Amino acid sequence: MLSRKASCDSHEQDSSYFLGWQEYEKNPYHEVQNPNGIIQMGLAENQLSFDLLESWLASNTDALGLKRNGRSVFRELALFQDYHGFPAFKNELVEFMAKLRGYKVAFDPNKLVLMAGSTSANEILMFCLAEPGEAFLLPTPYYPGFDRDLKWRTGVEIVPIHCSSSNDFRITACALEEAYQRAQKLNLKVKGVLVTNPSNPLGSTLNRDELNHLIDFAIKKEVHIISDEIYSGTVFDSPSFISITEAVMEKHVDHESDLLGRIHIVYSLSKDLGLPGFRVGMIYSNNETVVAAATKMSSFGLVSSQTQFLLSNMLSDKKFTSKYIKENQRRLKKRKDMLVSGLRSAGIGCAKSNAGLFCWVDMRYLLRSDTFEAEKELWKRILFEVGLNISPGSSCHCSEPGWFRVCFANMSQEILKVAIRRIEAFAESLSSASGRENLSHQRSARNSRRSLSKWVFPISSYNDHEPADR
Amino acid sequence: MELSKNPQLLSNIATNERHGENSPYFDGWKAYEENPYHPIKNKDGVIQMGLSENQICFDLIEEWIKKNPKASICTSEGVDEFKNIAIFQDYHGLPEFRQALASFMGRVRGGRVRFDPDRIVMSGGATGANELIMFCLADPGDAFLVPSPYYPAFDRDMGWRTGVQILPVDCDSSNGFLITKAALEAAYEKAIEDNNKIKGLLLANPSNPLGTLLDRETLTSLVSFVNEKNIHLVCDEIYSATVFKSPSFTSISEIIEEMGSEICNRDLIHIVYSLSKDMGLPGFRVGIVYSYNDAVVSCGRKMSSFGLVSSQTQHLLASMLLDEEFVGNFLEESSRRLAKRHEMFMKGLEQAGITCLKSNAGLFVWMDLRWLLKEQTEEAEIVLWRVIINEVKLNVSPGSSFHCTEPGWFRVCFANMDYHTVEVALKRLHAFARQEKLAISSTRYLRNHKLQLSFSFERYDKSCVHVRTLFHRTRCPLTPQYFLDISVPMVRAASRT
Repeated sequence: MLSRKASCDSHEQDSSYFLGWQEYEKNPYHEVQNPNGIIQMGLAENQLSFDLLESWLASNTDALGLKRNGRSVFRELALFQDYHGFPAFKNELVEFMAKLRGYKVAFDPNKLVLMAGSTSANEILMFCLAEPGEAFLLPTPYYPGFDRDLKWRTGVEIVPIHCSSSNDFRITACALEEAYQRAQKLNLKVKGVLVTNPSNPLGSTLNRDELNHLIDFAIKKEVHIISDEIYSGTVFDSPSFISITEAVMEKHVDHESDLLGRIHIVYSLSKDLGLPGFRVGMIYSNNETVVAAATKMSSFGLVSSQTQFLLSNMLSDKKFTSKYIKENQRRLKKRKDMLVSGLRSAGIGCAKSNAGLFCWVDMRYLLRSDTFEAEKELWKRILFEVGLNISPGSSCHCSEPGWFRVCFANMSQEILKVAIRRIEAFAESLSSASGRENLSHQRSARNSRRSLSKWVFPISSYNDHEPADR
Repeated sequence: MELSKNPQLLSNIATNERHGENSPYFDGWKAYEENPYHPIKNKDGVIQMGLSENQICFDLIEEWIKKNPKASICTSEGVDEFKNIAIFQDYHGLPEFRQALASFMGRVRGGRVRFDPDRIVMSGGATGANELIMFCLADPGDAFLVPSPYYPAFDRDMGWRTGVQILPVDCDSSNGFLITKAALEAAYEKAIEDNNKIKGLLLANPSNPLGTLLDRETLTSLVSFVNEKNIHLVCDEIYSATVFKSPSFTSISEIIEEMGSEICNRDLIHIVYSLSKDMGLPGFRVGIVYSYNDAVVSCGRKMSSFGLVSSQTQHLLASMLLDEEFVGNFLEESSRRLAKRHEMFMKGLEQAGITCLKSNAGLFVWMDLRWLLKEQTEEAEIVLWRVIINEVKLNVSPGSSFHCTEPGWFRVCFANMDYHTVEVALKRLHAFARQEKLAISSTRYLRNHKLQLSFSFERYDKSCVHVRTLFHRTRCPLTPQYFLDISVPMVRAASRT
């Protein structure tokens, strides 16, 4: 009776990633009303810097009352549905994007297309670049929502590029080629590679080698590169962020290869500015046909004119944006250091990270066995016994069991401390409950802790006595 | 940027024409954009009458916003809510927003039916809503029946990325463009014969471009039809609050309440709605799918992730639409002003000797210019249309762009401009119609007397103007000034007898 899309479950919303959310919604933590509730650590949101946005609003009355120089622009906004977007807004966005990249690259507002969130942007790129049944390669682990965003209504397939902890989950030329061959064997035509840089869930930026491997691969196979750079403003530590555009420029790519016409960037204000409710996403492409097609497709999900107006005002305040970016990054680093330190004192390590709103946590040694079933068991225990909703690596298609994504920027500092205490207590209970029987397990756990230094980023600036963040 | 030599670099969808934006429908818009009318700066510019927008009641909304600063998250009164709203991306939508929409939709239907807020699914405007419902109900290659004439962008919205086919059910002026069950049955049978899989029927009620309503009897028979065939019924009711005189609007929701679930399978019924026309807020992108089918609501809700309404907008409109006093006043005043504008426009057309289909809703009229066609063909209609754009300087929409099978009809919008501009447009139409009538009667006279028309520039002194009619278009061009100052053309007639 309904379409196949409606009846199937390719939206993947039955995965654990979403089930954890549902459990949280049934029993959400509240410091007063429900102190034993579940703490949400599966939501990659940036809630650290709202005070900065609010104070900007307080001092900018024109944008408040939908006014420009005192004159009401309500009518103009109410009618504005041009899919080319607010010119002023696009100008500010390209400037903002350039700023985040240290002005090493410049962007042309005419190559920018706006749509409702990066969810929509990613789907639109699939509609533009691939037929149903064709494939994109994605390095694992990757954001669980891609299964819905890239595949569901488009019919495009995802073929994973397997990355492993043996080299910090970096993308290698070998892994790229292996994935390509696997796709061929499955009779899937590969149209491109999609990477998230900085990575979700790893929280690290791609290094020059990885970017060069991607570029070489895309030239050789004549495929597209989509670089989802929605976390580019959350880079809080070195090494600094290298955008795909910068990498291509530095490589002095031969124009014969037409590579530039196959590079597309996805961006959004949901993570960097912490405004997911406003649904501001965008595609940046050098390919005129893609820009033209994506612009028409954006009709299905334009950005509200009211929102475009507000944000173009906000982003035009350059002093504010510089201050915001710097302060936001400082707070993110501090928060991440706090989580890493807390995990370390519980004997748990994380992958090295310099960006994002989460840590990629190594709990392999806590697994009963080196299997995804054991990972799921552990995840459930952490959800129901410890009361933390974190995201199991399997939901991110990680090829190794035992890794979890844990978010730190979507809660107050106090709640994070509660979460850390619970983790410490849990780890404690595991080691005392293990007893004689699991002595060997503990030994290997100790070995793992010794090798933590390989993973944990040195904490130099975290200070217990600093005033609480929001 | 040069594309790769690889011809399959991009998808078919990205490179095909199914977005429909290269159709002549949009040429008129381009003419307007290149030369837009302005009462002071560009009096001879093109007046935009191809844009179905409601600009009549902004003052009421602006006043409400001024009086309710708390509704905006940007004011000092409302900024407390900023953080909660800015992070809210739940695809269920703000509960108060859904309640507000359900309440508003009920008010628009005179309180005769209640809507369940939990059945409201958000989307990026009605554009997004129409696409979303197709993704839920049909697979690529499946077909939907749509009575013609219909809104041109349905081809894009329903079919471009979904792969769904639209099969028009042709209606014509012989019965006032009414949809009959017989016509539907015939269209259905033919579609089946041609090996199409029909998944449903889509209706726009009130109709764009006709401005008419489907009556109770017709709606009931259409519901029976879809139940018999076990296909879906999607009712696009985005103009429901633009009904400005009787008969009053009957929503599909009322019909199915009356019919009861034994006769009507509610799982087949879906409504598309939006605030773009009724409230004149197309920029805010508020579209809705309201479905009586639980599986469609569930699936649609997940799909709405691809086009959620900005939380800032949800928050503002929730407050506004829950203000019952405001809503009551707005609906009444909006209806009154639309009626007045419609009446003024119709009177002007009548004086020009131009007739329209009788209508009581919408932001446009369906104008009958068949008498101006050289021949009853689509080509002749396009010729006429280009004259209206380029010489009369009005962007109107030709019936063929609405898939009307009867040439000579045009949709003309009247609510997207101020009073003065309507007057200017009417004057131009008046002048044009008069001139054409004159030319027609001159030609007939000359033909009857076996005379031949010829024009020669040198024969006129400068005070005369050259006539250019549809019958002799290849001769001399007319200046726009002509249409503002009427003078009798001087022609030289040579007897051929």
